[in-house]
Amino acid sequence: MTVHLHKDEHKDDFGAKLGMWLFLFTELLLFGGLFLLYAVYLKRYPQEFAAGGKQLNWIMGTVNTAILLTSSLCAAMAVTAVQRGELRRTVVLICGTILCAAGFMVVKYVEWSAKIGHGIFPGSEHLKAGAPGESVFFSLYFMTTGIHGLHVLIGGALLALTALRVRSGEVNAGNYILLENGALYWHLVDLVWIFIFPLYYLVL
Amino acid sequence: MNEQHCIVSNKKLVGTWLALLVLTASTVAITRMELGGYKVLGALAIACAKAGLVIAIFMHMKYEGNLLRWLLFLALVTLAVFIGVTFFDVLYR
Repeated sequence: MTVHLHKDEHKDDFGAKLGMWLFLFTELLLFGGLFLLYAVYLKRYPQEFAAGGKQLNWIMGTVNTAILLTSSLCAAMAVTAVQRGELRRTVVLICGTILCAAGFMVVKYVEWSAKIGHGIFPGSEHLKAGAPGESVFFSLYFMTTGIHGLHVLIGGALLALTALRVRSGEVNAGNYILLENGALYWHLVDLVWIFIFPLYYLVL
Repeated sequence: MNEQHCIVSNKKLVGTWLALLVLTASTVAITRMELGGYKVLGALAIACAKAGLVIAIFMHMKYEGNLLRWLLFLALVTLAVFIGVTFFDVLYR
C-alpha cells in the first residue's frame, strides 16, 4: 500500500511550466513598466539623458552582454543534457551558467562603484545640484540594473540548488522540470538585459 | 497539444548563440555611427530579433503547443497596449 501511494505522487510537468510562463509574463510587465518610464523621461529630458548615457561604459556593457548570452547558452545546453540523461555534463553546464552570472555581477560591481565613487547615486549631493533630468536618468539606471542584478542573484541561487538536485539524482532524464523552469527564469534575465544594453549603453 | 518533449540539439543552440553574438556586435557597430533617430530604431529592431531568437530556441517556444504561444502573444499585446496608451497621453497632452 505504501509503495502504491509513493507511485501515485502528483506530477504535472506541463502545469508547472505553464505556471512558470505566467510568472515570467508578470516579470515582463514589471520590466516593461521600467522601460516605459525610461521612454517617457527620455522624451522629456533628451539632452540630460544623452549626457548621462555617455557616462556609462559601453565596453563593459558589451562584455556583460556577451557573458549573459554565454550563460544562457550553457543553461539551454544543460536542459538538452538532462533530457539525454547526461547528468555529469548537466552539472558542469549549470556551473558554467553560475560562473557567468558571477562574472556579470563582478563587472556590474566595478561599474556601480565607479559611478558611486564619482558621487553619482540616487539622492547624492552631486545629482541634487545638477539638472533634474540627469538625476532621473541615473535613478532609472540604478533602479533598472539593480532589479535586474537582483534577478541575476536569484536565478544563480535557483540554478545552484538545481545543480545539487541533479547531483543527488533527484533531477534526472525523467524528471527535470525544476531545471527547465530554472533555465526559463535565467533566459528571462538574459532577455531583459538584451533591452537594457542598447537603451542605456548605446543609443544615447 | 503536443506533450512530447523535443530535445534541441547542441549544434542548434551554439548556432543561435553565435547569431546572438553577431547581432550584438552589429548593434554596437550601428550605434557608433552617426545615424540620428535611426540609431534607436535600428538598435531596438536588433534587440527584438535577439529576443525572438532567445524565446524561440533557448526557451523552446518554437516547440511548444498553442496554449503557451497564445499566452505569450497576449502578454506582448498587453505590454504594447500599455506603452501605446501611455504615449498617446504623453505626446498629445
